[in-house]
Amino acid sequence: MLAFVLQRVAQALLVLLAVGFVSFSMFQFMGDPVENMMGQEATVADRAALEERLGLNDPIVVQFARFVGRAIEGDFGVSYRVGLPVAEVIFDRLPATLELALFSGVLAIGLGFVLGIYTAIKRDGWLAHSIMTLSLIGVSLPTFLIGIFLIWIFSVTLGWLPSFGRGETASFFGVELAILTWSGFKSMILPAVTLGLYQMTLIMRLVRAEMLEVLRSDYIRFARARGLSPYRIHYRHALKNTLVPVITVTGLQLGSIIAFAIITETVFQWPGVGLLFINAIGFVDIPVMSAYLLLVGVIFVSINLVVDLLYYSIDPRLSFSGTKAKGH
Amino acid sequence: MTDHSERIEMNSVPAEVSEKSTAGWRNSDLWFSFKRSPVIVLAALVFFILVASAVFAPVLAPYTPFDPASLNLMNGFTAPLASNEFTGDYFLLGTDDQGRDMLSTILYGLRVSLFVGITAVLFAMLLGVTLGLISGYLGGWVDNVIMRVADVQMTFPSIMVAMLLYGIGKGIIPPDLRDEMAIWVLIVSIGLSEWVQFARTVRGATMVEKEKEYVQAGHLIGLSRVSIMVRHILPNVMGPVLVIATISLALAIIAEATLSFLGVGAPKTEPSLGTLINVGRQFILSGEWWILLFPSLTLLALALSVNLFGDWLRDVLNPKLR
Repeated sequence: MLAFVLQRVAQALLVLLAVGFVSFSMFQFMGDPVENMMGQEATVADRAALEERLGLNDPIVVQFARFVGRAIEGDFGVSYRVGLPVAEVIFDRLPATLELALFSGVLAIGLGFVLGIYTAIKRDGWLAHSIMTLSLIGVSLPTFLIGIFLIWIFSVTLGWLPSFGRGETASFFGVELAILTWSGFKSMILPAVTLGLYQMTLIMRLVRAEMLEVLRSDYIRFARARGLSPYRIHYRHALKNTLVPVITVTGLQLGSIIAFAIITETVFQWPGVGLLFINAIGFVDIPVMSAYLLLVGVIFVSINLVVDLLYYSIDPRLSFSGTKAKGH
Repeated sequence: MTDHSERIEMNSVPAEVSEKSTAGWRNSDLWFSFKRSPVIVLAALVFFILVASAVFAPVLAPYTPFDPASLNLMNGFTAPLASNEFTGDYFLLGTDDQGRDMLSTILYGLRVSLFVGITAVLFAMLLGVTLGLISGYLGGWVDNVIMRVADVQMTFPSIMVAMLLYGIGKGIIPPDLRDEMAIWVLIVSIGLSEWVQFARTVRGATMVEKEKEYVQAGHLIGLSRVSIMVRHILPNVMGPVLVIATISLALAIIAEATLSFLGVGAPKTEPSLGTLINVGRQFILSGEWWILLFPSLTLLALALSVNLFGDWLRDVLNPKLR
């Protein structure tokens, strides 16, 4: 067990280092910083002195180590676009993204499970069939189109919900959250549905497929023969055994929610880190891009690590075979 | 093995393959299943029409939307199926804010979308199949390195990888070339974000194939490793690659549309469907719905038809699901 955990943690750190190197090397492409910092009359000696002072003559490994050191301290440089420290800009916007991601994650998991179980149990009903057909369209539709059409229906035509922005926010332990106010909550509904719809259809289809497979297995047939109630069979025996693959995929989908938040935030002008990143690409604001890459790397690697470890603790077959579980 | 004998063999192999396939395809399971599913026939038809209209866009389009000389601002915001009240010009699907014919812009946009999608998938396929073949055949540390890189990339959603690569690409390219190169940066970023699936599948299939007798026979008669890989193993592992290519095409088209929609894809001078949707979005509040609706429907038809076709191909070619 310990060997497995250590191995996974080491792997995660290695991945982070690789991501860090990519975001470090982005800075190598942005031209000569010394050229920009020196005045017209700078002599070669001045130049050399500045290069020495900035540490640009050090080996690349030393420079990378310094980059990592500063990143751990939370120093990512200054944004070209807004002229503020990158860390400050990002942390200012992080709550907006996190609350949106969490809200839509809860929505996706809740609805996905309910609909998945329903369509598996009533697999030949007309409602189950229509849900499945709709979900196919949901999977094929690009996120941004869903967002636009939701705006069209619920904001423009019906006028029920706001089409952009975050509404009012209220402070909760110093963090500004939109969900605490009525206007903020209303503003969050459309983005959250947009963001969660794709994950919901995925979770639903997965739950359904796993349920159907388990319901076909011998021990369920035996449970039926024993005369257990359908409720007990479905929820106590079948559902439990569908959880392993579902948890893995759901966990990994949490990461995707962060990724798709970029799109949703742009459609709804939701002031989160995703929108920040898109604007940064537009302006080639490399410090922000690099810091965002690192942030996403940390989030993804930790999610994967947690899912891996969770997987390991849920599935008893894995702990029996010990470290053999690492076999790919 | 000399160059000469290799060339002879190279000529003889495709002839054999094509003879076999023309005789057998009407009796194949694939054709049988295709005929029996009306939805797939419809999807294939829609896809074919869309591709054809993209290819022949310069002939089919009633106007040349990106030629400033042919534009008349008075034609702006003409509703579909109605004549413009000032100029009397008629546009089947209406016009956008600058008086460009929607039908023509959509045809040209479709062209950009399909070009980027198909090229990106071909690039991903080339890269993925090559790396998968090398990885599966050589094994050892080469395999380890390639698969670890693939693992790392798999943890990030491909659309996000494409976005990040696009950002990096934009950073590398000098500012004055950015607009010209934008399409190629887009293709490379989407291509690089989709290679993993190809590599993994080909690697798995190659590992199975390389234990078979014909590969050992190849070794015995002294074929080089490259020719065994390319000419003997490759044709045997291409089946699943086709399925992945179709599914990747749908993903690539959506990725392209998304990036262009976000304004980090196709440049304004060469708008794709995503760019058009982004333009159209600005007018839903003011009631010019056609500028948004028609490009969206086109994208939807494209994505849905490719998706359906890919799913069907996967199901038919996968013996487990029969």
